[in-house]
Amino acid sequence: MTPISRVHKNQGVKLFIQTVIARAYPRLIGQQREKSWMFFDIVLPLLSVSAYVFIYRAINAPEDYIGFVIIGGAMTAFWMNVLWSMSSQLYWEKEQGNLALYILAPNSMMAILLGMALGGMAATTLRAAVIMIIGSWIFNVHYAVVSFSQLFLVFLLAMVALYGLGMMSSSVYLLLSREAWHISNLAQEPIYLVSGFYFPIKNFNFWIAAGASLIPLTLGLDAMRQLVFTTGASLGFLSVPIELGILSILCILFLVGSRYLIGYMEKLAIREGRLTESRR
Amino acid sequence: MRATSLKPFVRSFHLAAWLGWQIESNWADPFLFAIYSIIKPVSAAAILVVMYSVITHGNFAAPIFSYIYLGNAFYIFVGQVMTGISWAVIDDREHYKTMKYLYIAPVHFPTYLLGRGVARFIIAAFSVLITILFGVLFLKVQIDLTEVNWLLFFVSLMIGVIMLAMMGLILAGVLMLLVHHEFGIGDAIAGALYLFSGAVFPLEVLPTSLRWIGFVNPITYWLELLRRSLVGQVAQAFPTLSTLSNMQILIILITLSITFTIISGYCFRWCENLARERGLIDVVTNY
Repeated sequence: MTPISRVHKNQGVKLFIQTVIARAYPRLIGQQREKSWMFFDIVLPLLSVSAYVFIYRAINAPEDYIGFVIIGGAMTAFWMNVLWSMSSQLYWEKEQGNLALYILAPNSMMAILLGMALGGMAATTLRAAVIMIIGSWIFNVHYAVVSFSQLFLVFLLAMVALYGLGMMSSSVYLLLSREAWHISNLAQEPIYLVSGFYFPIKNFNFWIAAGASLIPLTLGLDAMRQLVFTTGASLGFLSVPIELGILSILCILFLVGSRYLIGYMEKLAIREGRLTESRR
Repeated sequence: MRATSLKPFVRSFHLAAWLGWQIESNWADPFLFAIYSIIKPVSAAAILVVMYSVITHGNFAAPIFSYIYLGNAFYIFVGQVMTGISWAVIDDREHYKTMKYLYIAPVHFPTYLLGRGVARFIIAAFSVLITILFGVLFLKVQIDLTEVNWLLFFVSLMIGVIMLAMMGLILAGVLMLLVHHEFGIGDAIAGALYLFSGAVFPLEVLPTSLRWIGFVNPITYWLELLRRSLVGQVAQAFPTLSTLSNMQILIILITLSITFTIISGYCFRWCENLARERGLIDVVTNY
């Protein structure tokens, strides 16, 4: 009889990190295996963004607005990623049969959500950077960065808060079925509108802009525009330090909220038998 | 004899249209579904309205505003019809996992896909109507119902929808060879074509080297005819196609639509054969 070799099992923090890496891996590697994403995720959005640039050119808008559109267009990649690959992902996992396996396995659901977020964020940053670099080059956008450190901080906080929101909403999607797809679909154009992806939100009524600020990209975009364009500060909604403060609060709110919600929703979904349901 | 030979096509189309409508609409109650169908297109139009308003300080009476607004409103058909037909490939292959069964059933698959697009067409028509109504009531879009050329409008609309369906079929063929991307590729393609269709700005705004794409794009002529039929004086004020008469533009649109119909037939067959060879008919991808 040969002795049975014991399998090493990670636990605690090591298992958490291992799970994060394992869930982030397909996000990063998947796109390397399917080269068509370069066309669908970079070329097509770039053409779409160009259309908005030419609308501004057709109505003789100041040149800084071209830059606003390029930055807004690049940031749409993150919103799309959060909507389709974070929020509705658990619904897809349920449809594919993976969700029950996630629950069965001895890992934390927070680690799975974090892995999805980090993998998606890394892959999307690459797409957004390419859209921004090529768009800026084609349309000759001039940037006048006021503070690189603040710019980095704004981007970082906006991303953490945004993916925190994605993690939080994905747990809500645990309970959804076919309507998940439609809800994600609905959250595109209205959010592009109220978050000011293609124009400064200062043009809205204060309370509409304040309400839209619950979506981290609204203040993230506004602060980034203030920091990289000469006319940006005059078109800003709030000052950059205030926007940084609000983004920090949103980070904490959404990350803590996601931790609470995923636990609650998981229990609710188990109790109502929704983890394996497939209402097609 | 002819009626009998058409029967499988009619049956495939009719059943697919019914199925498509059920899939698109029965996830919510009718009221919620109606709200959903309105919010998305009105928001998309509102983005343009705000952009325009910010720069021109709300000069909605200018002809360019009606040009932009109507072009954008009718462009809703482009994304919806193309997505409706092409997304059915992903939906049936990866979500419902029924595509292989469709292939072994007495169904004409391309006709089935065209039928699946009907539901989105109906939703798009509703959205276009609401968007235009909103523009006329609140944004001074200059449509005088007594001066509308209704014959030209309905003929152009019908030809355009057929042309869009053929473009959707080309995309459906391509999708048979691709993995499940994270959002509607029909919308993405429509977003890209937005640039080259003169939908929201005259083609003269594009660099000279890119304008030819707009001139071989049938959507350019389709939108021009729709604008001319609704607000002739506004549409003809822009230089892009001002040298062409309505009849000349209609002939160009018909010629390009026939060309796309032929291309779509060949393209779909070619992609379908390749998908069969590669074993992609029942592939499931999701990462």
